[in-house]
Amino acid sequence: METDIIQNLALGFSTAVSPINLFYCFIGVLVGTLIGVLPGIGPVAAVAMLLPLTFNLDAVGAIIMLSGIYYGTQYGGSTTAILVNLPGESASVVTCMDGYAMARIGRAGPALAIAAIGSFFAGTVGTILVALVGPPLAEIALKFGAPEYFSLMVMALIAAAVLAHGGMLKTICMIVLGLLVGIVGTDVNSGMSRFTFGASGLADGLSFVVVAMGLFGFAEILSNLQDKADTASRDILNQKITGLMPTAKDMKDSFGAILRGTAIGAFFGTLPGGGPTISAFSAYAVEKKMAKNPENFGKGDIRGVAAPESANNAAVQCAFITTLTLGIPHGATMALLLGALTIQGIAPGPQVMTQRPDLFWGLIASMWIGNAMLVILNLPLVGLWIKLLKVPYRFLYPAIMVFMAIGVYSVNNLDLDIYMTILFGILGYIFMKLKCEPAPLILAFVLGPLMEENLRRALLISRGDPTVFITRPISAAFLVATALLLAFMIVPSFRKKREEAVAESATL
Amino acid sequence: MKIKNQEDFWAGMMFAGFGALAIWLSTDYPMGTASRMGPGYFPTWLGAIMLLLGTIVAVMALKTEGPKVTPFAWKPMILLSAGFLAFGWGVDHIGFIPALFLLSVITAAAGQTFKVVEVLIMTVVLIAGAVGIFIYGIELPFPLFWWR
Repeated sequence: METDIIQNLALGFSTAVSPINLFYCFIGVLVGTLIGVLPGIGPVAAVAMLLPLTFNLDAVGAIIMLSGIYYGTQYGGSTTAILVNLPGESASVVTCMDGYAMARIGRAGPALAIAAIGSFFAGTVGTILVALVGPPLAEIALKFGAPEYFSLMVMALIAAAVLAHGGMLKTICMIVLGLLVGIVGTDVNSGMSRFTFGASGLADGLSFVVVAMGLFGFAEILSNLQDKADTASRDILNQKITGLMPTAKDMKDSFGAILRGTAIGAFFGTLPGGGPTISAFSAYAVEKKMAKNPENFGKGDIRGVAAPESANNAAVQCAFITTLTLGIPHGATMALLLGALTIQGIAPGPQVMTQRPDLFWGLIASMWIGNAMLVILNLPLVGLWIKLLKVPYRFLYPAIMVFMAIGVYSVNNLDLDIYMTILFGILGYIFMKLKCEPAPLILAFVLGPLMEENLRRALLISRGDPTVFITRPISAAFLVATALLLAFMIVPSFRKKREEAVAESATL
Repeated sequence: MKIKNQEDFWAGMMFAGFGALAIWLSTDYPMGTASRMGPGYFPTWLGAIMLLLGTIVAVMALKTEGPKVTPFAWKPMILLSAGFLAFGWGVDHIGFIPALFLLSVITAAAGQTFKVVEVLIMTVVLIAGAVGIFIYGIELPFPLFWWR
């Protein structure tokens, strides 16, 4: 067993260190950091926007580069949080509090360094976890039948609703809407066109690039253009950053925070529906609770940077566990990565590990290499990122629009895709106005056809008897977990906690 | 009657509307039975769930206090849409470069400041970058102009 892992990792590293894959990994983390540094464009839009760049690559290169973009954005997001007090990504919102406070008292260097060190440590642990947990989980997943898959998807979607910001019922509605949008196109079983309104361009269904760009790219820009604050000059730290290295006391202080943050991130990262944002929030809250001097938090306590940064990176790495072994994406960005695999002609699922070991292990090895690159890259490039942050938004958003338009069009060379993006953009803007969280919709959109197919098969096997979902033990376990999640929401104290957390994050 | 939580009320109405629409559109597709699901089975049930939950959200919004909906930014919405429409039409009819020109200039007009020289320089830089990356870099097969 252990020699297996070593052999597999050896295969992975030999794949990942080929010059061309190292290059893709480097480009991915560099571009990812760049986009992460810029506020107002998140990882989902970044991955969707840059997807066409990978069309001509082989599957391994494409997935290495896209993953690099994903975890690169998390790194970049924390740089912005510390230097400008603006979260580059939603997962870096908490880092703003103590990170920026540290920068204000001239300790930006140690803050950036501890964020990088914590992230690297968490990334390493995450990579090891994927390597250890992945194969046995895939083994189990291979035994899953249709009822298990259906129940698993129900659990993933409900978990996404519980962990999302905003009202629970509204989020469930968004999920159902996502499932409906997902089945637009030709029904594989009957050959009937559904919800296509006669448009032949919709026969193959909506592309996830269209939905993601509309909801996360187009809508985001609309909202930023309305927010005049964003175009105002940003409060960028002008002082020179000196003394990058944290002191021995800093290291001692943050050691425990990094460990706890990593554990919390790994937990939420593996849980379907969880993600980097919730991990960072929880890690910060735990650190503050455990501290002997909680009043220091918010005034530049290094633990307030170390814990959330380790947590969000651990979550990003561990998200690959469920995504790769079960073929069930665990959040919006992972859904896009699976979509990219599908474009490359690889059906996501537990069989990937056995059929394409080079891809699976190559990706794992490249994630570790990518994390190392980020540590080396991030600190010397801080000056460049600061310059980038000084670019006014009025030059940034037309560039983003251009990239989005080309990205959408290049998927199918279809102008209808561009028009559908406008539709989803406006819809996404309305969702923002009505405080409806779009991330669960994307997740449901990708799961829609899978869910229908597995429901159909499960009911076909059981001759229409719905108890099949609770008489099979694994399926029943998933549904019990789902019921527990829902029950938690009804318990007043938990509900109050969740609402507090949501309110707190909304005001930041 | 006064709506106390506008955000939730309109969100609920929207979901209920989408639910009703899904049910109505699905009447064209055979339902089948549980053991032999037709193409209408899954969407009809989803529509029903959404109609029910959306109605609950809207009704609850009548009694609990909540935020108002902030006004829409019509100008950016119209101009960004127009930019995308121009690109979608343009890339098929007048070529990649003119389409990008329209897209960049129209979307730039959506902002608060629009200085002609600045926008033109930015547009040229964007076009050069896009052509470099997408046409020469990853060789997307788009005609550059209407005469190819």
